[in-house]
Amino acid sequence: MEFNNIEKLLEKYFEATTTVAEEEMLRAYFTREDVPPHLKRHAPMFQYFSVAKEERFTKQVPLKPRKKSYIKWISIAAVSILIFGIYFGRSYQEQREAEYAYQETKKALSLLATNLGRGTEKVAYLREFEETKQKIYNRN
Amino acid sequence: MQQTEFLNVVLPFKDKLYRLAKRLLVSKEEAEDATQEILLKLWSKNKMMTGYNNVEAYAMMMTKNFCLDRLKSKQAGNLKLVHSNYKDENVSIQTQIEVSDSLSWIEKIMEELPEQQKMVLQLRDVEQYEFEEIADLLGMSATAVRVALSRARKTVREKLVQKHNYGIQ
Repeated sequence: MEFNNIEKLLEKYFEATTTVAEEEMLRAYFTREDVPPHLKRHAPMFQYFSVAKEERFTKQVPLKPRKKSYIKWISIAAVSILIFGIYFGRSYQEQREAEYAYQETKKALSLLATNLGRGTEKVAYLREFEETKQKIYNRN
Repeated sequence: MQQTEFLNVVLPFKDKLYRLAKRLLVSKEEAEDATQEILLKLWSKNKMMTGYNNVEAYAMMMTKNFCLDRLKSKQAGNLKLVHSNYKDENVSIQTQIEVSDSLSWIEKIMEELPEQQKMVLQLRDVEQYEFEEIADLLGMSATAVRVALSRARKTVREKLVQKHNYGIQ
């Protein structure tokens, strides 16, 4: 490539009016070995930019935390379900026991009521007997 | 978005994020931390990410803001631990070689530039972004980007010439 062209490009470069493609040309030109002496002082700049682009991020990309929090949320959900389950299960059990006790009491009471009814019938007979006895007494 | 899918999106430009972070924060460790932080933030937002048509530009913007915040908080706390801030008195052979190397001069010259010019130079001459992209990223007009870039390039040239002359004397 001719000097003239390169010198013109350099001038444009320092005024920041070159395009990306033209800058690429400059970079390619100055990374070559045979740069003429009067342009050599610009070479380190372009060489540096090429070198700087080679720098890499070597650390591992850390993406673990999200997975961990996922497990955390599942365990929270599981524990809360367990607690609710125990709470409601127990209150249901209590309700059933109470109902059973109520039924038993009701049965016992009705048994008592029928026996009492039978008792009063017998007492009614007794009164009949008492009345007839009184009648007989009055006649004599 | 699945993990592998996310990596496919992110991997092509993660080096760019790192280089930008390193340009601003200078220290390698801090740049690595910043890059990891940015990638984690991106990952935590990955449901929304499909909504952005240009994830790279978004990530670059995040990196820029993150690093500038870092620098600001460090200045406020007066706790600046970057290479430009302390001088090693006993210069080792290693650093002597490095100093004689003109490529590392340029790195040092770039450290001295104002932040905005640093970013413009990094994005244009290292990453080859178009003016419009840089303007969007940095929230400047395209002309302002051009001016800043021209200034940055000229400063680097002048300082490089100065150092060359000292070297000869």
